[in-house]
Amino acid sequence: MTREREMVPEAEFRSYYGQPVIKPPVWHEPHMPTYLYLGGLSGASSVMGAAARLSGYGRLARTAGVTAALGATAGAVFLVAELGRPERFLNMLRVFKPTSPMSMGSWILAVHSGLTAVAAASEVAGARPVSRPAVARPAFRVTGARPASRPAARPVSRVAGYLPSAVAAVLPLAGGAASLIAGVATGPLMATYTAVLLADTAVPAWHEAHRELPFMFAGSALASAGAAGMLATPRAEAGPARAVAVLGAAVETAAGAVLERRLGLAGEPYHQGKAGRRMRAARVLTAGGGLLATVAGRSRALTALSGLALTAGSLLVRFGVLEAGRASAADPKYTVVPQRRRLAAGEPASLPPPARTWP
Amino acid sequence: MTERMGFFTDTSVCIGCKACEVACKEWNDVPDDGFVFRATSYDNTGSLGASTWRHVAFIEELSRVPAGPGQSGDGGSEGIEGWLMSSDVCKHCTHAACLDVCPTGALFRTEFGTVVVQADVCNGCGYCVPACPYGVIDRRERDGRAFKCTMCYDRQLGGLEPACAKACPTDSIQFGPLEELRTRAEERVERLHEEGRPQARLYGASPGDGVGGAGAFFLLLADPEVYGLPPDPVVTTRDLPTMWRWAAGAALSLVGAVAVSFLGRG
Ligand code: SF4
Ligand code: SF4
Repeated sequence: MTREREMVPEAEFRSYYGQPVIKPPVWHEPHMPTYLYLGGLSGASSVMGAAARLSGYGRLARTAGVTAALGATAGAVFLVAELGRPERFLNMLRVFKPTSPMSMGSWILAVHSGLTAVAAASEVAGARPVSRPAVARPAFRVTGARPASRPAARPVSRVAGYLPSAVAAVLPLAGGAASLIAGVATGPLMATYTAVLLADTAVPAWHEAHRELPFMFAGSALASAGAAGMLATPRAEAGPARAVAVLGAAVETAAGAVLERRLGLAGEPYHQGKAGRRMRAARVLTAGGGLLATVAGRSRALTALSGLALTAGSLLVRFGVLEAGRASAADPKYTVVPQRRRLAAGEPASLPPPARTWP
Repeated sequence: MTERMGFFTDTSVCIGCKACEVACKEWNDVPDDGFVFRATSYDNTGSLGASTWRHVAFIEELSRVPAGPGQSGDGGSEGIEGWLMSSDVCKHCTHAACLDVCPTGALFRTEFGTVVVQADVCNGCGYCVPACPYGVIDRRERDGRAFKCTMCYDRQLGGLEPACAKACPTDSIQFGPLEELRTRAEERVERLHEEGRPQARLYGASPGDGVGGAGAFFLLLADPEVYGLPPDPVVTTRDLPTMWRWAAGAALSLVGAVAVSFLGRG
């Protein structure tokens, strides 16, 4: 290449026989996208579960708590299955490494699984036939104001009867605390750290989307948790779940729209080919499911339809994002052209010189 | 052992013999990477990967490309004008994304300033693979773990130079203290410029670039992307604080959305 040629403004870009510059992610389907979905579902469900506990929605608290625990457990199974050497999973916990979102993520997942398991256990142990759904406006207290319609005397549940008395005594307290911590700390992180996990790579479609992906994933997590809540809770207690689902669908849809508008070239893979088809289908399902949730109030069938659409949309968006990342890694254009432009604009990527020399 | 060691690959003298590829496979006992005929050039290994730690790229320079001095080419005739050859390798970055993101500590910085995977720790999570801005490290699917060039850590410990540098018949691959190599490389570029080859440039030699300077750098005779190299790579963890801030914003919004959903009812 001579100087003269370099002066020609990016009419064409060159590559080595069209081969990719970076390696595509090795993560598989359905493992990785399913893990992303389950992690989001579990994270947002734990937030919803804590809020339901605090405000006296007993049935919803139980559903959300159990969903959070099951999601975290099933998610961990998918994550471990994704490893090249699953038997070495615990090597993740031999270091605590803030520069690695995967390291932070495995700690978040480990703590979150534990917390949600305790919270769910206390919910199940305390489970009792629900007489009437909450109707009175609940107060926000940690102990949870029970709606006045509930019987004052608390029947001992069948499950609790089998527990050692010490455990049965401690469990409600531990469960409340675990639910609260999961709800305000690990849950929100579970639902969003996976966006950092993807963005902290050289994959252009992921790296450039590091602002939108967390919101997309948070929205999607809310939508999926709301959907699960709607599907598994009696209608009278499912109101907040429906609101969560609607807000989640709105956030996901908005973040997706911003992403496509802002990203330019790096955003191309999100609307082309297989990834594009998945993203479009996900958007239709999520937006449709969200809209349906706002009007489904009276109908059990519409609620079910809405919940299923939201679940499918939430799952599909993860498959779409994974595929967009693969496509953007496979085409050298997405790596080379932006870097060339940066150089042409006289803004080379530069870092401070190394802080240390080697001993 | 107090100096950072490195590779200087001078592609202007590479003859494409692939002695480095073979020597690397031999010494490090690297398995085959599938017998694929690519039908693009004399390159049959294609790219760096879990089982290709040195890769010789072959680029056909067609006659529409202006000929270098001493070559007769009028730019009008078809055919191969010449070859560009370059032996690629892991860059052993100063700010190595692979090392930053590895969640098990399998990737570590050696006393020679190089980046090495410990095979007995790696659990094959595959995170290092898309993190590397040069597309170097990869997971060996049959094995499940990630592999890449170690700059012959074992040989260095024994005071030997890496196998590829040892085997290179033209000294295209040079091994030594990084600072010394950088000085030598700059002199070499100057000489090539004087000889009328203005296209010669160093790649990865600047300690201030997007990866803080590479421990393995190159003298190239064309734009990096021609060789399959990124023109201006950057370690992705540079933006990690920003990413966490956006994620924290999203996490707070999530909690807010749930709170709103419950407050509005009852
Ligand atoms: S080139 Fe890639 S694999 Fe090699 S040290 Fe740099 S980031 Fe790691
Ligand atoms: S695949 Fe191995 S070396 Fe690569 S990041 Fe995971 S544990 Fe580390």
